[in-house]
Amino acid sequence: MLKYLFAKNEDIPQGSAAIFFAFSSIVWFVVGTGLGSFNAAKLAFPDFVTGSELFSFGHMRQVHVLAVIFGWISMAFAMAMMYITPALGNTKLWSEKLGIWNCFLWNIGLSLGLTLLWAGITSGREYSDFPWVIDLYIAAFIALPLAINVWMTILKRRTQGIYTTNWFFGAGVFMVTIVFIVGNSPEWFNLTGLSEAYMTWWFAHNVLGLWITPIAAAIAYYTVPKVTGNPLYSHRIGHLHFWSVVVFYSTPAAHHLMSAPLPEWLKSFASVEGVLILVPAIAFVSNLILTMQGKWHMFVENVEIKFTITGVLMAIPLNMQGGFQQTRAINWYVHGTGWIVAHAHLALLGFSTFLEGAAVYYGIQTILRRKLYSLALANFHFWFLLIGFSIYWISMTIAGLIQGAGKIYEVPYIDVVIAEHPYMIARWVGGTLVFTGNLVWLYNMYMTARVGTEIPVGRLPHEMAYER
Amino acid sequence: MAFREYKIGARLFGVALGGSMIITLYLPTIDMTSVAATETSLRKQLSYGRIGGFSYEDPFLLGEGKPKTVVLTEDPVTGQQIETVEAYVYEPGIPFAGGINHPRVLGDGITDLSLEKGRISEADISAGAVFVVSRGSYQGETVNYIENVTATRGWKPEKVLSVAGDANTSYVGSGKIMFVKEGCWWCHTLLPEQTQDWQYFGVPPRLGDFNGESPTAFGSDRKAPDLLHVGSRNSSKEWMMMHFFNPRLVQPHSIMPRYDYMWGEKDASGNTIDFDAWGAAYNEYAKGESLYPPEVPEYAPNSQIRYLMDFILSLK
Ligand code: HEC
Ligand code: HEM
Repeated sequence: MLKYLFAKNEDIPQGSAAIFFAFSSIVWFVVGTGLGSFNAAKLAFPDFVTGSELFSFGHMRQVHVLAVIFGWISMAFAMAMMYITPALGNTKLWSEKLGIWNCFLWNIGLSLGLTLLWAGITSGREYSDFPWVIDLYIAAFIALPLAINVWMTILKRRTQGIYTTNWFFGAGVFMVTIVFIVGNSPEWFNLTGLSEAYMTWWFAHNVLGLWITPIAAAIAYYTVPKVTGNPLYSHRIGHLHFWSVVVFYSTPAAHHLMSAPLPEWLKSFASVEGVLILVPAIAFVSNLILTMQGKWHMFVENVEIKFTITGVLMAIPLNMQGGFQQTRAINWYVHGTGWIVAHAHLALLGFSTFLEGAAVYYGIQTILRRKLYSLALANFHFWFLLIGFSIYWISMTIAGLIQGAGKIYEVPYIDVVIAEHPYMIARWVGGTLVFTGNLVWLYNMYMTARVGTEIPVGRLPHEMAYER
Repeated sequence: MAFREYKIGARLFGVALGGSMIITLYLPTIDMTSVAATETSLRKQLSYGRIGGFSYEDPFLLGEGKPKTVVLTEDPVTGQQIETVEAYVYEPGIPFAGGINHPRVLGDGITDLSLEKGRISEADISAGAVFVVSRGSYQGETVNYIENVTATRGWKPEKVLSVAGDANTSYVGSGKIMFVKEGCWWCHTLLPEQTQDWQYFGVPPRLGDFNGESPTAFGSDRKAPDLLHVGSRNSSKEWMMMHFFNPRLVQPHSIMPRYDYMWGEKDASGNTIDFDAWGAAYNEYAKGESLYPPEVPEYAPNSQIRYLMDFILSLK
């Protein structure tokens, strides 16, 4: 791959950037979930590895979080954009070379940033933890090149209209760039106090709301119609989804700080807007479920659909939880407990990861024109992710309810810690299953690229899933 | 232009996103920055110094470039007994807190008094300065303001430090850096909630309690007790020392990590700390083979753990 960095754009085979991104994202997924599993072990067994600051929980936690968000999820998004955007515009990627450089600089910048965080060099603000030097790097060498490539590909399309997925891609890369720059500005302009704390959560909320959620949804808008062969049920509902994301999802940032002394009007406003997130959520889920009409057997038989629809179905509990847990009536009980950690993993590991997983599976096969090396291993991966995640989610939800009860009944804190202990162990077991599944995935995809059966011209990978 | 069909959509998109940012960024910021700083926030920002996290003065988060907090019972210039006062000492070259550099973040009245009576604009980084929080009246109301005592009373940083002595000096600002760097805020919060839980953890903060502080390090995840007022619940230095070295010494069920590495290589008397021997002796104790745990070494006066302890015990 590296040899293409200095090749002429025309000499680089189509899809190279996507493949480069795909394998980077899988490797980051393995690394990220490995770190997650390590952190979970530390919380279950505090004396697991001690004696060095590098293995202290406080140094490792943010490395896990940012590795999975910027390494796995965002790179898988970039991978999807590199092959889906041109496919939907009936054209080529605007610049494969830019894409390859983008991926190369992304890996370098992220490794550097995470190393700094690991050493404790942080801005001290959750989710925007990177020091501002790295923030600038990300804006200039990660977000912007990706945005340019996506926009130029859409502009150069050879179709009349722009399909739903590409609205989301085009708008998403724009919004994430803005959010990134504005959200990190407290560090550049020395904003302090509550305004800074609020901006931190404005950033965190909008990275989720204007990047991770809509782009994951956009991917499903492509994979489901493409693999099932059914047209999207309704473009109008797609419109509703798009516009309600922009209007409702960009506004409830303050619901992350419900217990902080923010202005009251802001909290009430955020709380109402937060419930309205159910609008895009319902639009999205219903649209895709209706697209599946007549093709439900593929939910069982086809790997990509299995992943995608599982992700889509997880959006239902995710958004129900999200909408209600941020109202004042419920938030005071669950705020700051494991319940929220469970919710975060439902969003990122449940909903989002399953959708991107499908895009990466499908993309690698179509671009390389090679059939999946082993369907059995892919199913193994699916079940390990699903079971591992479920254990994680259930155990952390229970732990959260215990903490919430401890909080309001003023139970001595240590008793809460003791009561949570079994669930901490369960969470570690669940997370380790996910990690194991990912190792298998990496192997499966590597073997697909090396020795997967070639797909003859005119056929699609999933049609051949059960052929030898 | 290939976007022609999308003209209306693109404009609406701009309006929607712009409108959203006005409501969720511009209006709240106007609202929050118009609130006057409370006494808590004046003391916090003066003791923490310029910004927390990654900064020019302290890129590796070692606690450098931060002020020291001293407690004085005599006037360093005249030598007279005075009422106990907390002074914030900025030695030459140490960057000033946000409120000194940008007095307008302090809020109506406080800004005026700090400039006129407190003479904060005369403070000079290259010469250093000492600040205290004083009380004055502004338009008939009692207001706390920042006083640059180097200008008003001639208290020089070196003099103040030598009069106070190491025992009365605490490294609160550097300790806050340790708190951020070590990620204490991934488990602890600095924000008792406005619901019941303040009965246990103390009064929740108010809107003006944060002016000039950065980062606030609230923490979002509460796996451990809130620490905003921990110093008034438990101010035992011995307990804290044992707890940081190995929390299981005082709380067998704790999941808090060991912070023994913050002791550094040498203890207070300059001897190398033998962590392996300590660990072995502790394991014996943990298995029930010996009756007493090994002694926790006394920390050196410039160790990271000193900073951290000073910060934690300052949280009243
Ligand atoms: C893995 C989570 C975790 C991390 C990280 C952590 N703590 Fe703790 N901490 C706990 C738990 C759990 C308790 C309650 C049990 C106990 O007393 O040990 C606690 C208790 C405390 C207490 C006593 C609180 C009281 O109410 O008496 C203090 C003080 C404290 N921690 C300070 C710190 C500092 C400072 C750091 C960072 C250097 C830190 N903790 C990092 C989990 C953590
Ligand atoms: C092996 C699987 C995983 C394990 C064991 C794991 C473990 C953890 C742990 C222990 C934490 C700290 C939670 C806490 O503070 O209580 C955490 C936080 C987090 N993880 Fe994971 N994780 C895993 C996979 C993932 C994946 C795949 C994602 C997303 C793609 C993810 C996203 C996050 C996020 C966003 C947080 C921060 C949550 C918060 O703010 O409270 N994790 N994870």
